[in-house]
Amino acid sequence: MSRPADTPIDAATEAERLLRICAACMYCDGYCAVFPAIAGKHGFPRADIEHLAHLCHNCRGCWYACQYAPPHPFAVNLPRTLAEVRQESFARHVRPRWLAGAFARNGRVAVAVVSAVTLAALALVLIAVPPEILFGVHTSGGAFYRVVPWGVMTAAAGLSFAWAVVAVAAATVAFWRTIGPRAPLRIVLRALPAALADIVTLRNLGGGGHGCNDTGEKLSGERRASHHVLVAGFALTVLSTVSAALLHHVTGAPAPYPIVSLPVLAGTLGGVLMLVGIAGLAAIETRADREPAAPAEIRMNIVLLALLAATAASGLAVLGLRATAAMGLALTLHLGVVVGTFLVLPATKMLHAPFRAAALLRAAIDRLIAPPRRSGGE
Amino acid sequence: MRLPALCPGCGHMTAGAPLSEIDVLVAGGAAAGLCAAIAARRAGATVHLVESAPRALRGGNTRHARNFRIAHDGPAPWVPDAYPADAFLNDLLRVTEHATDDPVARRLIDGSADLPGFLIDNGVALQPTSRGVLPYSRRTAFLLGGGKAMINALFATAVQLGVGVSYDTALAGLHVEPGHCTAELRRDGSLTRITARAVVVATGGDQADRAALRRQLGDAADTVVVRGTPHADGSGLRLLLAAGAAAAGTPGLGHLVPVDARGPAVDGGIVTRITGIPYGVVVDQHGRRVADERADLRRTHYAQWGPRIAACPEGRAALVLDHDGLSRAAPTALPPVSAPTLAGLAAALAIDPAGLDATVRDVNATAEARGGRPIRVPPFAGYPLVAGITFLHHGVAVDAAMRVRLRTGGIADRLLAAGGIMAATVLRRGYLAGLGVTLAAVSGRIAGEEAARVATR
Ligand SMILES: Cc1cc2nc3c(=O)[nH]c(=O)nc-3n(C[C@H](O)[C@H](O)[C@H](O)COP(=O)(O)OP(=O)(O)OC[C@H]3O[C@@H](n4cnc5c(N)ncnc54)[C@H](O)[C@@H]3O)c2cc1C
Ligand code: HEM
Ligand code: SF4
Ligand code: SF4
Repeated sequence: MSRPADTPIDAATEAERLLRICAACMYCDGYCAVFPAIAGKHGFPRADIEHLAHLCHNCRGCWYACQYAPPHPFAVNLPRTLAEVRQESFARHVRPRWLAGAFARNGRVAVAVVSAVTLAALALVLIAVPPEILFGVHTSGGAFYRVVPWGVMTAAAGLSFAWAVVAVAAATVAFWRTIGPRAPLRIVLRALPAALADIVTLRNLGGGGHGCNDTGEKLSGERRASHHVLVAGFALTVLSTVSAALLHHVTGAPAPYPIVSLPVLAGTLGGVLMLVGIAGLAAIETRADREPAAPAEIRMNIVLLALLAATAASGLAVLGLRATAAMGLALTLHLGVVVGTFLVLPATKMLHAPFRAAALLRAAIDRLIAPPRRSGGE
Repeated sequence: MRLPALCPGCGHMTAGAPLSEIDVLVAGGAAAGLCAAIAARRAGATVHLVESAPRALRGGNTRHARNFRIAHDGPAPWVPDAYPADAFLNDLLRVTEHATDDPVARRLIDGSADLPGFLIDNGVALQPTSRGVLPYSRRTAFLLGGGKAMINALFATAVQLGVGVSYDTALAGLHVEPGHCTAELRRDGSLTRITARAVVVATGGDQADRAALRRQLGDAADTVVVRGTPHADGSGLRLLLAAGAAAAGTPGLGHLVPVDARGPAVDGGIVTRITGIPYGVVVDQHGRRVADERADLRRTHYAQWGPRIAACPEGRAALVLDHDGLSRAAPTALPPVSAPTLAGLAAALAIDPAGLDATVRDVNATAEARGGRPIRVPPFAGYPLVAGITFLHHGVAVDAAMRVRLRTGGIADRLLAAGGIMAATVLRRGYLAGLGVTLAAVSGRIAGEEAARVATR
């Protein structure tokens, strides 16, 4: 009946036990997409469990509301169990497969790779770039490339970025193969707008409209808001990079750009927003109730937050220091952090974004194919 | 102000803190008690609430509830169409066969119209009908996240308003004196005596008390499982009766439903209820059919099956389904017992295989002749069943202000009762979906206001 205390049990088996109880109960159906997706279901194949685990946005609403939470013998802890399934599921879908080992230790790997790449970059620059250039004050166009040659910079950033994109995409394809419904393209396209809306608004991190249990029993919208700020900031930094590349290639004007230019404005605002969002998420992460969380997931969240924070902060440092003698080192540091982050990204929690997007798409497709069965009270 | 000294946040009385004199003492930390405490506090009284369960199990049976019945004249985000107060009253008269106290029933039904507003103002989230997968219901509103979410919100509001809360603390003695009441509170085996100008007893029923079950249900009581909190031990009810309260209700009646025999002995809540009876055949341990499974297909059919199962040998029965029947039944918390053959299933469920075989042949022959649902397609599935008690149809009688009526004919103006403990005043038999929480919350609110009125007069 309850989760056996001393026998190790794999997360998917435990999730199946809980999802059965939830499907019989359904009191939490207003919180998120997970419950409508299990309505009326008598059994949960492994693929469905993985789908549901990523569909869960970890809002913890169903933990505080659960009449079967411990000390009840049913010992229902759905958020933690689904977080454990997510961990296993990420590990199984990491591509290339040999990254699974790095995924399991992604904190240590991230620190090792990012510091190794950064230190190597600094060492190279210190050796290869004459001090009067490295520590000079540059004001003209092309200043950055006097420290790190354009070709080297684009090759390092471009290649590491391509690696991250290809590996994350391969993992996502593998995950979609696991969970993907056999639906005709017509249905997939019809499901897309609803899925996109869920992805962009993070509706499922809204606790049914009243906020989530971000840190405890009290409801708040902080986590969702901080995530929005982080993603908005992230999008602006992407805009900054893309616009800089365009300026470089189309107008032929090399960086650095004036303060009032798209790359600088978007980059500054983006970097600041990212740091604000990250600070908000990190604060919640440290205050949050540990009971409904999986320790491994908390660690992964913190690793990703740290990588993104280092990227944003070092980027802002380049902007702030670009007219000083420290520009050369700041630029090298930023480049090292960015390249290191891209290298480890496919083995981090960054996978959550495309995996959750895939789960939301499947949920939207399922809602079209088989509208959920309704359930009542007493 | 004479607010009791409390350990802020944790809600426990600090050791040795003087909790000697307050305006309103509320016993019971579920829907009725919380609404009473909040209403009394908002009316300006100093209030202390004692809950006999530990914090993790606070909220009694209310934790297990989902929706509540409300009178309303037009649609709202949480309820469609309309359900006029008269229609509500007619439904109540129908299911109770007019065994109700009219003025009290009317007062509670009128109060139900304001209940969504009261709950929302006090932090409770109602589920909009547009969210999730709610069934159409113009008579009831659904709590977002269910009863426990409501309990959490009400406790948070009560504490924020300055209501003192003590968990693990039971009302254990009650004396009505001129101008005040003296109450004894038991915590960790030791008794504290306090004086309150009014007391609201909202401790629920006595359905978790084996002795009470036995008195009401006879031998059947021994196999019955308690669907809700083990803390509904009737201690509050006994105190009220000892203080001279008039009893209300129908002895021997209770709301019994079929539940999975493998579930927990208490607090199984909604998920161990077995609702798939119309899709299969119910047999006793000899394999004999208990009753026609499809004679009544209303949503409330299961309330008739509880007493039938309780009356079976050893209070046990089993629901047997074939593959098709199972796929139509609602999901259950525990997977059914499954077997490729009927004989195998009979063995797994400890039913006489010959008896089951004969019953199924009979069912299938009837199904062929007159239409119906045969038990034919393997694998076969079964649920061992016992009866689960939701509440007993007895308690104390109150007037429309929720003041306790006395056996001697008068009323106790400082002693109020709310919720399951007085539900039998208006519900001497029968049940309507969503009535329990409505009666509890509305009576609690009225009792709290009345208690504050007499206490601060
Ligand atoms: C499984 C189940 C499902 C239900 N579903 C619904 C539904 O969907 N809709 C609906 O309207 N109704 C439902 N009901 C009925 C509803 O839960 C009850 O009618 C309602 O909750 C009663 O509320 P209450 O506050 O009177 O008492 P309870 O919720 O029973 O709580 C009584 C409280 O008093 C405490 N207590 C007991 N003795 C003492 C003492 N001596 N001192 C201090 N504290 C004490 C207990 O610990 C408990 O917290 C359901 C009931 C069950 C069992
Ligand atoms: C498809 C789009 C995305 C979706 C649906 C999504 C969803 C979520 C959800 C639901 C959480 C909280 C639950 C959890 O802990 O797992 C989360 C956490 C997080 N997300 Fe996203 N996300 C998306 C894109 C992004 C992007 C683009 C970034 C980075 C730029 C990002 C960074 C983070 C970080 C750092 C956390 C951890 C925060 C914490 O510690 O709570 N996400 N995301
Ligand atoms: S109350 Fe508990 S069992 Fe019910 S749906 Fe919510 S998490 Fe699941
Ligand atoms: S934690 Fe939140 S998102 Fe996850 S299943 Fe529970 S209610 Fe849904």
